[in-house]
Amino acid sequence: MSVDVRLPTVLRPQAGGRAEVSVDASTVGELIAGLVQQFPGLEGQLVDASGTLRRFVNVYVNDDDVRYLDQLDTPVADGDVVSILPAVAGGSC
Amino acid sequence: MAKVGSVLDLIGDTPMVEVSQLSPNPEVRILLKLEGQNPGGSVKDRVALAMVEDAEATGKLVRGKPDQELIEPSSGNTGIGLALVCRLRGYHLRVVLPENVSPERRQLLELWGAQIIDSPASEGSNGAVKLARELARENPDYVFLYQYANLANPMAHYRGTGPEIWRDCPEVTHFVAGLGTSGTLLGAGRYLKERNPGVQIWAIEPPAGEMVDGLRSLEDGYIPPIFLEFGGAEILDRKTIIKPRESIEWTRRLTEVGIFAGISSGAAMAGAARVAESIDSGVVVVVSPDGGWKYLSTGAWTEDLDVVVERARHLIYF
Repeated sequence: MSVDVRLPTVLRPQAGGRAEVSVDASTVGELIAGLVQQFPGLEGQLVDASGTLRRFVNVYVNDDDVRYLDQLDTPVADGDVVSILPAVAGGSC
Repeated sequence: MAKVGSVLDLIGDTPMVEVSQLSPNPEVRILLKLEGQNPGGSVKDRVALAMVEDAEATGKLVRGKPDQELIEPSSGNTGIGLALVCRLRGYHLRVVLPENVSPERRQLLELWGAQIIDSPASEGSNGAVKLARELARENPDYVFLYQYANLANPMAHYRGTGPEIWRDCPEVTHFVAGLGTSGTLLGAGRYLKERNPGVQIWAIEPPAGEMVDGLRSLEDGYIPPIFLEFGGAEILDRKTIIKPRESIEWTRRLTEVGIFAGISSGAAMAGAARVAESIDSGVVVVVSPDGGWKYLSTGAWTEDLDVVVERARHLIYF
């Protein structure tokens, strides 16, 4: 299943400058593994050695943060849009 | 409450309005809590007063002592609330403000006598936090309340916002609010879950990480210390991004029920609509952080939607 992934500005240099890439995957975990396979420079940037999402990385499937879904087991399907965003200080402050 | 001794006594106890006419699901009621009714115009009055009172109780600030200075990073509302409280208490306030906030916020800070220190627009709220921390470190005399790490922030909502919601709407099944520092969601969310563990807490956020382009690496990321300390991951059940277009569309829709609210209220309403679409029945309580006054210059209600959306991409409105 082909899923579109949007990369944040800060990760684009390691992905050949691309803002959006397509990856075949059925879960977020598979998707990240597929991304790293395509762009080895992303190794270690998204997931730590123990296989959990790094703390300043937020991954959204169709706008929903996967930390509050099934984390890396969150399913993705054809046509889903996955966004990877850095955790930043929120606005309302 | 017909007569009060100080405008600070008007903070909190805000009204809730039924806006179920806007619910996409007839079996789901939506109620909006109007925090714009606070005297400084936003939910942040609660946090500002709570942080100052806590600092006074712990001796960091001394009432009546001259020349006490505070510094705080804020994209506007906390700064405005603090400026109001400081004006009445006689403290001097410096606010580190990202350059890309609406001009009304800047004017409100000035009218309450706060001194503004600009931080780069490209770094968003992260940049304001960073600069305020540096200045606080360089000037140990400054009192640094630091809303992102101050437990008086979520506690203001645990003691105020949460109990008010429970008093006015004990049938609440879902609570929706913007994330920001996370204070509202953590404080009111924890209170509501203690009363009824079944209440679902939904966080709404703008795509802030997309808009901040000054980030050099992921390690420049930021998670508010109160989020970790107050158990944010256990309190939130869902976290959803609402983009500027949907936020503004919902800000406009709110006027259909006579509510003139800020753009982050539109984002929260968009989140409530998603909740309503995803459940069979329920009662959703949504926080409207402020009124629309501070956003008139954005043209959010009157100009072409595409133009306003593009403008909002460069503005901190949450």
